[in-house]
Amino acid sequence: MAETETVAVGVVDGGPALGGFSKEKLVEFLRQMLLYRRFEEKAEEGYAIGKIGGFCHLHIGQEGAAAGCILPLRQDDYVISSYRSHTQALAKGLSPNAIMAELYGKASGTSGGVGGSMHMFGPDTGFMGGHGIVGGQAGLALGMAWAIHYRGGGQVCVCFLGDAAVNQGGFHESMNMAAIWGLPVIFVVENNAYGMGTKFTRMSETEMVQKAASHGVPATVVNAEDVLATYAHFDGLIELVRQGGGPQFVDVECYRFKGHSMSDPVSGTYRSKEEVEEWTENSDPIKYLRDRMFSADLLTGEELDAIDQEVRGIVDAAVEFAEVAPEPEVETLYKNVYSEINPHGRLFFDGRGQ
Amino acid sequence: MAQLTYRDALNQALVEEMERDESVFMLGEEVAEYDGAYKVSKGLLERFGDKRIKDTPISELGFAGLGVGAAMVGLRPIVEFMTFNFSILALDQVINSASKMLSMSGGQINIPLVLRGPSGAALQLGAQHSQACETWYLHAPGVKVVTPSTPADAKGLLKSAIRDNDPVAFMEGELLYNVKGEVPDDDDFIIPLGVADLKREGGDVSIITHGSMAHVALQAAKQLEKEGIEADVLDLRSLRPLDVDAILATVAKTNRAIYLEEGWPYLGVGAQIVSIIMEEAFDDLDAPVLRVTQADIPMPYNKKLEIWAKPGASRVVEACKRVLYV
Repeated sequence: MAETETVAVGVVDGGPALGGFSKEKLVEFLRQMLLYRRFEEKAEEGYAIGKIGGFCHLHIGQEGAAAGCILPLRQDDYVISSYRSHTQALAKGLSPNAIMAELYGKASGTSGGVGGSMHMFGPDTGFMGGHGIVGGQAGLALGMAWAIHYRGGGQVCVCFLGDAAVNQGGFHESMNMAAIWGLPVIFVVENNAYGMGTKFTRMSETEMVQKAASHGVPATVVNAEDVLATYAHFDGLIELVRQGGGPQFVDVECYRFKGHSMSDPVSGTYRSKEEVEEWTENSDPIKYLRDRMFSADLLTGEELDAIDQEVRGIVDAAVEFAEVAPEPEVETLYKNVYSEINPHGRLFFDGRGQ
Repeated sequence: MAQLTYRDALNQALVEEMERDESVFMLGEEVAEYDGAYKVSKGLLERFGDKRIKDTPISELGFAGLGVGAAMVGLRPIVEFMTFNFSILALDQVINSASKMLSMSGGQINIPLVLRGPSGAALQLGAQHSQACETWYLHAPGVKVVTPSTPADAKGLLKSAIRDNDPVAFMEGELLYNVKGEVPDDDDFIIPLGVADLKREGGDVSIITHGSMAHVALQAAKQLEKEGIEADVLDLRSLRPLDVDAILATVAKTNRAIYLEEGWPYLGVGAQIVSIIMEEAFDDLDAPVLRVTQADIPMPYNKKLEIWAKPGASRVVEACKRVLYV
């Protein structure tokens, strides 16, 4: 449960509001989070029937983090993330069709079927991947923030990390450099309490926010169950960073309702069934917003059904798109290893790639 | 043509390319205020300011990541490693990020990045500071590896590397920085990647090599000449892309070859070259291709032991005679 009740009924632009957000905005948050949820449920289904392969890490339960952190960004701001990033890609504006097609390994996918679940990319929308080595994206985020600074500023880079990534050396090197040069980057830890099956508290003597302290990076905590508080928090921080305020570190508390990946049971040896049920029942960001909108008479059951039907339609269409999309051609195997074919020397040594 | 040291030729290439393209910048340990640990970046801070020549903390993994990330959004970073020995800390960003980004992104994000610095042994620096690092980088498709041996090659190849749209590991010779040579004055003088250079012509045996070992090969060729043996010395200059045609041409001419390299033998550069010759020029060979490499041990500190462990000219001469059966 969110610890503080941040939502207050009020008026925005002459209309009824909640937590300072208009009904239109609230519906948008609800719609986005429902889209993420339904999308991941379809991915789970696709995996179960063998249409999606490899590793597949679902974001179910953490929707408030994707919506709250990403929706306040501009299109030209950068988002970079880990391997649990389908919904972040959706939030940054990649098309559900292309994301689903990527999961299906199809040529119309975000990376032409070459990337897969862990490597979604959409540079046109500022979504800079899907990276599979824990904490590796911190260094890349540092570089993108450096590029923003180098070119005179104006944009912001948001770097999503899991809670286990803060124990990687590269994360601390990146935080340090971001701090000494005052770079426009927000390190966002989606703290779902477990690095795969290892509880954060078993692997760290210090609290999450202390990870930023020795680097002089301001750190804050927000609970992503409450998307309104999360959005408001990031809206303020993003503006601060955009104006040249230097890096920020945010501990975004959330909970993963599903296993670490599709090959991991929902509960298992490291957390109990009861624990998962408790969180799923009482800390669902979608239910949280829905119930508050109901209480404030800003949403009816019919309206909710209509939104759900609409996003289910989008997700079903994405599956249909992915099903019929073409496979990548074998002839393209060597196409994107180097940008150009070297006219002088050999680049590939398997006897096939020339 | 001007007489320049290898160091000044590199410096000139950096200046010219930074003047030419504002998206080129360089970062690394001691590159700015200190003028570079080997003075390759001397004067650049004054000329270009501290945004384009950037001192970093000692965080190889972190600042290599910075380079890759900046390249992802269109800058053309040059990351200087004080030596490539330290770049082993950064290999995750090279192998897992830089080399795979274009592929993983379905061709959307290329990485125009240069990783440069000295590689290979100098004099009595001990095991951790005396390593030839080519193989670590060559193993990964997506990376290019360049190893200039002369001032002209250093300048022409560094300019090419900076203009290249993919990650290039540019490995300089730690003992070559003071070597002098003729370097064309022309701002547009470049040497394309993937073109080997026949540093000496001779018809009896081929010494194929790369990087600072080209000088050892030339010494060996001089000694062989005294005994009436004429050696081709083929300096590959770029190991990926690799000028296979030049390798096959010298083997077709002499029918006998050795590979000389500074690194360890097991899966070293020579192992790949020997494999190519065996697969594609078997019928041209009159003898098995031999390799001269560093001893297969961590480099010892003791002067005598170090000389023994390094691949010197006398070992090259001996290997050439073995393939000539003399």
